[in-house]
Amino acid sequence: MNAFLLKFRDRKVRDIFWQGLASLALVAVVVFFVKNASDNMMKAGIASGFNFLWRDSGIEVPFNLTGYKPSDTIWALLWTGIVNTILVSVASVFLATVVGFTVGLMRLSHNWLLSTLAAVYIEFVRNIPLLFFVLFWYFGVLAALPTPKESFDFLGIIFLNRRGLSIPTPNEFLGFRLALAAILVLIVAQFVLARWARARQARTGQDFPVWIAGVVLCGALPLLALVAAGATTSWDQPILRGFNYRGGFVLVPEFVALFMALSTYTAGFIAEVVRGGIQSVRQGQIDAARALGLTPGRIARLVVIPQAMPVIIPPITSQYLNLIKNSSFGAAIAYPEIVAVFMGSALVATGQAIEIIAITLGIYLTIGLAVSVFMNWYNARHKLVTR
Amino acid sequence: MKTAAPPLPGWVAILRQRLFSTWLDTAVSLLCLYVVWRASLPLVDWLLVEANWKGESREDCTSRGACWVFIRARFAQFMYGQYPVPERWRVDLLGLLVLFAGIALSWRGLPRRKEMAIAVAIVLPPLGIWLLHGGFGLKIVETREWGGLMLTLFLAIYAGLIAVPLGILLALGRRSRLPLIRFASVVFIEFWRGVPIITVIFLASLLLPLIMPTGFNVDRLARAVIGLAFVIAAYMAEAVRGGLQALPEGQVEAAQALGLGYWRITRLIVLPQALRISLPAMTNEFISLFKSTTLVLIVSIFDLLGIAQAALADPAWVGMNMEAYVFAGAIYWFACFGLSQWSRSQEKRLQVAHGR
Amino acid sequence: MKFIALAAAAVFVAGTASAQQLAPSATLDAIKARGHIECGVHLGLPGFSFANDKGEWTGLDVDYCKSLAAAVLGDATKVKFTPTSVQQRWAVLQSGQVDLLSRNTTITFSRNATLGVNFQGINFYEGQTFVVRTKAKVAGVKDLADATICVAAGSTEEKMAADWFRERNLKVTIINFQKNDDAISAYDQGRCDAYTAGVGALAGQRIKFKDPAEHQILTEIISNDPQGPVTRWGDERWQLVVRWVLNAQIAAEALGVTSKNVDEMKAKSTNAEVRRLLGVDGKFGAMMGLSDDWAFNLIKQVGNYGESYERTVGMGSPLKLQRGANALWTKGGLLFTPPFQ
Repeated sequence: MNAFLLKFRDRKVRDIFWQGLASLALVAVVVFFVKNASDNMMKAGIASGFNFLWRDSGIEVPFNLTGYKPSDTIWALLWTGIVNTILVSVASVFLATVVGFTVGLMRLSHNWLLSTLAAVYIEFVRNIPLLFFVLFWYFGVLAALPTPKESFDFLGIIFLNRRGLSIPTPNEFLGFRLALAAILVLIVAQFVLARWARARQARTGQDFPVWIAGVVLCGALPLLALVAAGATTSWDQPILRGFNYRGGFVLVPEFVALFMALSTYTAGFIAEVVRGGIQSVRQGQIDAARALGLTPGRIARLVVIPQAMPVIIPPITSQYLNLIKNSSFGAAIAYPEIVAVFMGSALVATGQAIEIIAITLGIYLTIGLAVSVFMNWYNARHKLVTR
Repeated sequence: MKTAAPPLPGWVAILRQRLFSTWLDTAVSLLCLYVVWRASLPLVDWLLVEANWKGESREDCTSRGACWVFIRARFAQFMYGQYPVPERWRVDLLGLLVLFAGIALSWRGLPRRKEMAIAVAIVLPPLGIWLLHGGFGLKIVETREWGGLMLTLFLAIYAGLIAVPLGILLALGRRSRLPLIRFASVVFIEFWRGVPIITVIFLASLLLPLIMPTGFNVDRLARAVIGLAFVIAAYMAEAVRGGLQALPEGQVEAAQALGLGYWRITRLIVLPQALRISLPAMTNEFISLFKSTTLVLIVSIFDLLGIAQAALADPAWVGMNMEAYVFAGAIYWFACFGLSQWSRSQEKRLQVAHGR
Repeated sequence: MKFIALAAAAVFVAGTASAQQLAPSATLDAIKARGHIECGVHLGLPGFSFANDKGEWTGLDVDYCKSLAAAVLGDATKVKFTPTSVQQRWAVLQSGQVDLLSRNTTITFSRNATLGVNFQGINFYEGQTFVVRTKAKVAGVKDLADATICVAAGSTEEKMAADWFRERNLKVTIINFQKNDDAISAYDQGRCDAYTAGVGALAGQRIKFKDPAEHQILTEIISNDPQGPVTRWGDERWQLVVRWVLNAQIAAEALGVTSKNVDEMKAKSTNAEVRRLLGVDGKFGAMMGLSDDWAFNLIKQVGNYGESYERTVGMGSPLKLQRGANALWTKGGLLFTPPFQ
């Protein structure tokens, strides 16, 4: 006993002891829960296993990009939900970033009125639960739009009403695939050009208008390619038939509402991040740049942004991750994302709570991990080498 | 970002400098004024000027504006849910006690403030559960009768009470010397931070009963509290970790040299400083917890927003959506805004204290 | 002395005999120990289960649970209600948070086969239909081709509507909401051309529209959805009680026993079935492990099925539903009960 106590004084022995104890407790807890669950399910006669994924779903999803039909499997339903989650997340991340940066910069404006407006926006958005925004945008959007018979009509090909935005879709995709390929090639070309310009500037000090070249290469040329592709194919045109417009692609109001809610909400948080990042750049740096005769645009591009970005990226990453997780609020307004179609409809249809919840959590964790890895890589690339 | 301005006297000068210094500035200012004017006019009109304040029923709302009669008629429900009327004094009493304790503890001149705070933290939570739930001489009020603002506050405060100690332990665990503890903490933190709160509430309400032994029922509300507490604990852990990282390594080394053990170093040296540094971050996590409590309405627990929606389903008050949401939203806003201002003032004090 | 011994022996024998007859019932024991029944009901469906602003529950499904409490505990007020959403209901029942569900739940094969639940009879024959705006000029369901329809996700109505239009090669867009109330307010806001639910449910939900007069419930019915109380698998004696309490409600109406004449019937009736139902003859209550006046209590305190129907969804209520399929089979409806023999 005494010998044991003596040994226990040794840090290594003590460490192993505590870790062993902790792992035992952890295993015991897990075993306890798993055993209870299997007992309860046996007794209750609840089906288990993952076979349900290959059953017919029979659930309608009005908004999908995967070509899903109710006669497909639950697996296909889940995939549709994942695609919808990613779609609304990507779109919202884009708009939230644009609005967030704008409001963040407005907040720093020396114009008192402008910065106060930005502050009011930020404080309003940050202190109200997201669910309010989602409901507000949904019912607000619905109330603001006309009935299908009184649709807003853009050139007779695009129609906007309470059932969504109906846009024509091409019947053939070949031309668009070619246009897409052309765009990819141009983006690569732009990258090469940017590298060359940077190298030249380092060598000779001469500047090259990379951005103007980029706009021409990546903006104008693809537009031409798309127009050409569009002209050569026939279109599936939305037509008012009975109650609604049929044909083409319908962007549903649920998507618009969730997209606007997520963007405006997250923008408030991003604005604060941006403000903090820019304020972290020392005034002396800007004064020095001005003394060198750099224009305000160049000061922003060459001095402020490169130094602010490393401060901005980590917190903005967590905002992006929050946004992705918050896309689950779509369930409240019938936007068919993962939680609504899988944890909602599929769960009610099959009753297999454990499997479905486990899969859903797994998907969110995977998406979150992927975004974190990407942003870490991006941050590592953009880290300042100096200091 | 102009720093030195010529000292022109009078408010005209200030206006000119802050709003109309260049023609672009002037244009922006005028545009802002126009936007504010256009947005606030109908808003004020609806909220105040044209609003209906007096009456008993929907028919008394005759003018175009908001029908605040609805809020007045339903006010008690917004606050207490279905909590039985003769027992509501218990909620009020608890509210007063919490308020009093909060004011007393934030007064710097209070003698033995630290001991008092610990005593309050030990006594008040069980006392609160006793007052709200009853038993031992009080009539039992089941959690299914709770609702409204009182339920929202209960959820946030009790989930916070679990989340803070758990978060501190997790943060310490993440920096532990022992790889297994470190690993377990990291997995716990990253798991709960990685999943949406909606799924966690589903998890707590659907899965928790399945993994418990038969006949062992966890109360519906307790399940929601546990689910929320786990998520927020993970976020709190990250906030505390920030505070721990800000401490100079030398302090711990000096304490070790004095022969102090791990727990004493943590309790006497590390935590008091780290917690003070991470207090603003922790407050922000608490604000997001407070906002997240709205999600419990998807598992039919009637918090403030849930009660508002339930009131909307009453045929006698159809079409009061805006009033209900504006009222509930305003309560959330004032609570969260107040907290965030407080957290900012703490941050400022901290910066002053550190001479930054 | 001898008499007392005999009596004691008789009591003992009777006691052991009845104890041997009765299968153990964990649910009944738990109910008696805690002193109330836990009943899972709909979140809020006027006429079926609806809590007023004081938190008092009323409705047809609620009445059933009250009857059960009267039968098991002798007091119709000893029941507590747990509101459950469409999504939660199965988990709430499976995990034992409620003793039964009584919440407008349609009996289907796959629910019975895979969810570990049993349906204990039918207390309402629901028929699915649609509500549309009057100015849309819809006469029948077929006119809803190309329409957008709001529906509660995971309900039988969702599948039924999809199947119905698909069979007829008509295209509709179906939008699934997580809760009935969400679907209703979305329809009311103009998101959809129609909202679909049962006739009974719609009669109650219609008052939730901003302007009920602008909407019209179609008379065409596309399905027949039998609904009734649901229990977990296992504990057969509890299932027996749940089933026969419902049967007793219906039998009381068939036999003309009402809450008003039940005392008189118990004292005077010569009808053998009435006498067995009310516990005068036959000791039917004891066979289930209840007191013999179980059915008497529920009729006295809650009333027979017809009384309950009229009060909650029928002519005595704002819903004003005809009996229709929910009349007794002797009166052209579908309700019947096996004999109390």
